[in-house]
Amino acid sequence: MIKRAIALLLTLAVGALFASLLVGYVPDSELNHTARYYAERTAEDIGAANIVTAIIVTYRGLDTLGEVTVLFISAAIVGLVLAQGRVLNNAPNNAPRQTRAPVSELLSTGSRVLTPLILLLGVYVFVNGHLTPGGGFQGGAIVASGMLLLLLADPLKQFSHRLIAVLESLSGLLFVGIGVLGVLLAGGFLDNRLLPIGTLGELFSAGVIPVIYSLIGLKVGAEFSSMLASLSETNHTENSEET
Amino acid sequence: MISLAQMAMAAGFVLILIGFYGALTQRNLLRMIVAFSLANTGVHIVLVAVGHMRGRTAPILDAAVPVADALTRVIDPVPQALVLTAIVIGLGVTALMLAYALKLHARKHTLDIAKMTELKW
Repeated sequence: MIKRAIALLLTLAVGALFASLLVGYVPDSELNHTARYYAERTAEDIGAANIVTAIIVTYRGLDTLGEVTVLFISAAIVGLVLAQGRVLNNAPNNAPRQTRAPVSELLSTGSRVLTPLILLLGVYVFVNGHLTPGGGFQGGAIVASGMLLLLLADPLKQFSHRLIAVLESLSGLLFVGIGVLGVLLAGGFLDNRLLPIGTLGELFSAGVIPVIYSLIGLKVGAEFSSMLASLSETNHTENSEET
Repeated sequence: MISLAQMAMAAGFVLILIGFYGALTQRNLLRMIVAFSLANTGVHIVLVAVGHMRGRTAPILDAAVPVADALTRVIDPVPQALVLTAIVIGLGVTALMLAYALKLHARKHTLDIAKMTELKW
């Protein structure tokens, strides 16, 4: 009980801090210096209709590369942590794996109809990242949600780890490659003016932003899918491990 | 007069506090992970609310927001870009926590944090 009271007191203290922040908060009436620069220069310099995308892919492109790397590392660690002990257990567990009752016709057909549509939506979202409120991360998450649907419909489904790995490394390499090409042919690392900027608001505009964001979408989708696959493949195989 | 941004910010702070309290009091690892995710979401809401400005629209240049008017019509795009990053990193962290929880459960057959006493003194 005393622990709970201490936790409550701490929460109230933090809440009081937040309350003072909230009371003293005055919303800006004008854009601040940084935001003003982005709002003024994006259309001219980058040619992307979505200013947030311009910031993420070009102005702060290096940060995004780092972010994708963090995501890759966390996917790799999830795979590594969960893979320990799985190799040994795989062979004896193959037999009981098949005994689970088959999923219903409705569920399996429904998931087969829906998955291509979800994948299509994901691709649409990341290809149009420079025009609409979408982008590589959102599109990648939608693609991975299609994979999640497949896993929910058939929990024993095995994804091809090789395909996921190839897709992920290829898109990562191309992302960095485009960045280096920017140093050689345009203004700097990850500069989007490798390709013509084009007309604001068209699909083929904003230089290489659609290309980079599509690669990010593929990479993020592959990473999330590999996390899902690692998590789902662990359920049944780890039970025999003892301390 | 309470503005939309202030309401959103208050909601975000409340979510952070719920997550904070939950992480301190819950003993089940999965519930603690849920608490951390709640606090995480609260931080995102607060950050987006900071960028909101009354009477302005999303930072996307189209027919509704011509380039010439962008300065007076769009909200601050920087917090939105930050939150996009934060969401993705938060997801990576959550996946890691879940993976460790799975591993701990496989080893100890329990998710009760009170039973994990190796680092207790």
